[in-house]
Amino acid sequence: MARKIRVLIAKPGLDGHDRGAKVIARALRDAGMEVIYTGIRQTPEQIANAAIQEDVDVVGLSSLSGAHNNLFPKVVQILRDKKAEDILVFGGGIIPVDDIPGLKKAGIREIFQPGASTEDIIKYIHRNVQLE
Amino acid sequence: MAKNIREEFERWEKTTLNKVISKAPEREPSFKTTSHIELKRLCTPLDVADLDYCEDLGFPGEFPFTRGVQPTMYRGRLWTMRQYAGFATPEETNKRYKYLLEHGQTGLSVAFDLPTQIGYDSDHPLSDGEVGKVGVAIDTLKDMEILFDGIPLDKVSTSMTINSTAAILLTMYLAVAEKQGVKSEVLQGTIQNDILKEYAARGTYIYPPLESMRIVTDIFAFCKDRVPRWNTISISGYHMREAGCTAVQEVAFTLADGIAYVEAAIRAGLDVDSFASRLAFFFCCHNTFIEEIAKFRAARRLWAKIMKERFKAKKDESCMLRFHTQTAGCSLTAQQPDNNVVRVAFQALAAVLGGTQSLHTNSRDEAYALPTEDSVRLALRTQQLIAYESGVADMIDPLGGSYAVEALTDEIEKKSMEYIEKIEAMGGAIKAIESGFIQGEIGESAYQYQKEIETKKRIIVGLNQFQIEEEPLRDILRIKPEVEQYQKEKLAKVKKERDNTKVKETLALLKKAAQGTDNVVPPILEAVKVYATLGEISDTLREVFGEYKER
Repeated sequence: MARKIRVLIAKPGLDGHDRGAKVIARALRDAGMEVIYTGIRQTPEQIANAAIQEDVDVVGLSSLSGAHNNLFPKVVQILRDKKAEDILVFGGGIIPVDDIPGLKKAGIREIFQPGASTEDIIKYIHRNVQLE
Repeated sequence: MAKNIREEFERWEKTTLNKVISKAPEREPSFKTTSHIELKRLCTPLDVADLDYCEDLGFPGEFPFTRGVQPTMYRGRLWTMRQYAGFATPEETNKRYKYLLEHGQTGLSVAFDLPTQIGYDSDHPLSDGEVGKVGVAIDTLKDMEILFDGIPLDKVSTSMTINSTAAILLTMYLAVAEKQGVKSEVLQGTIQNDILKEYAARGTYIYPPLESMRIVTDIFAFCKDRVPRWNTISISGYHMREAGCTAVQEVAFTLADGIAYVEAAIRAGLDVDSFASRLAFFFCCHNTFIEEIAKFRAARRLWAKIMKERFKAKKDESCMLRFHTQTAGCSLTAQQPDNNVVRVAFQALAAVLGGTQSLHTNSRDEAYALPTEDSVRLALRTQQLIAYESGVADMIDPLGGSYAVEALTDEIEKKSMEYIEKIEAMGGAIKAIESGFIQGEIGESAYQYQKEIETKKRIIVGLNQFQIEEEPLRDILRIKPEVEQYQKEKLAKVKKERDNTKVKETLALLKKAAQGTDNVVPPILEAVKVYATLGEISDTLREVFGEYKER
């Protein structure tokens, strides 16, 4: 039997809006993935370290406070520095559409905006994560 | 008479109704509110047969305040139109406040950025990327002086959404007033100061619950003599509702928190009638119109009973649930953002029909960013349209006596009380938060709501039905990244120019008070006045109280 996809859902920065992160964590779990939720107020270092320690395939970052341009790219950078660039990083939250190209260039592979369904996110992960 | 109605009702069901239903069934097998209350097809006098008018509804301005807290309600004075605002620097936010006041807003409401709310200065590593983003950055009294420059604090009332650092921002406000020559006795406003819901939903806690509760009750004690017209807390259901709970859960969790604060204050030696009239509340107004109106009425009646029966409050004012309302941010969609204007109008109307004391209307672009000036003006105009054109402000509680509204008011009160009793059986709100019960209930409701949207059991216009091809909104408010650098430089300048010996002395006195049992607010005021930073004051208390970690 194939192993389960492992996902870390993380809240970088000081933002306490965790409704979306928790709903997505639960939806991915219900879709058969193994999900670890970091809780709020995590630094990019803490998130990258947890991703490596937990040996996840995917990291989902959620921020509604407007700090995404600072924090999301840092997570990707630290993962690269630690030779864990194979981990897929996506993001979501209140993210202006004009910020998306910059975030993608920095290595955040997809950004889900308000109104995205958990179904879309599940499909996206299945499409983009190949388990060896 | 009652018998006659019952017979007639049954006859109607069997004949007229049945004739139609047998051919054309209704849209759904059953209709439920967001709180899973099954709605009757039709309410009649039978549904309010047990209602005792004088006991259960009474008259405006009198116990149990079901029909409103003031005898004349909006015929006397309209609700306070109070748009929550703050972004970037104190300089920019000051301009927005003056703009709002010029356009007819009647009170201020300060949004602080996250570092300010969590006790970090703009130059702290954890403030990276957050400075000035969700609100205005305040590091020292200097920033507060700029924020209220040219705004007479004896003329406006100011609400501040600030919790774990409430004592610091309140004392900064007092210090600014003093510089304007305004006595603290005349100041009017509110600090949110509701730490319990921060653990349950909003997340801007610093210290562990018990230490936080001590600061809360120290503020109650300080204000009752020094700032007697100030609302010392705004017990908030808003954020728990935004995090996903239902209307009934919102009432239950909020009033359970209220009970915990009253108990803590009484334990700290305060007489219930000396502080209870300064407790204010803050609710959300979501989409389901009738349920929301009933919710506000039920909350008022239930709180009045709790204060009188359980806490033996003697003064009527101690039993009054006065509240601020904000329309539901989580109901706004990024899709077809103009639809949000209509949603907000319905929600605001329900808040007014529910008897709110002040109101914030959300702006159409808030699923994208903080609102632009134009969209805030439209949101404010929405309130003005309700106030001046709709006519609903000209009668008191105009929906009171509606069979449906009264039946739902009863049902929400009953279901909320059942929840409160469950929380009491766990040892009260603090225990229910520490065990994760309240967070779990909120999370469960949020998940169910999302599933209902995705399975189209719940229709959100423009999101899962009636979609169009559209371009996302691009004309939004952007906070410049330079704000962070600007704040850091201003902070460095203040630190260089202030008397650092005095800063050290006042912080040492604060530490001593925190270690003992003296009220911590007076030493915070002294530290603020010599330009100790928000971060320094918070760190002093962190050393004594420790920090809370989410479980």
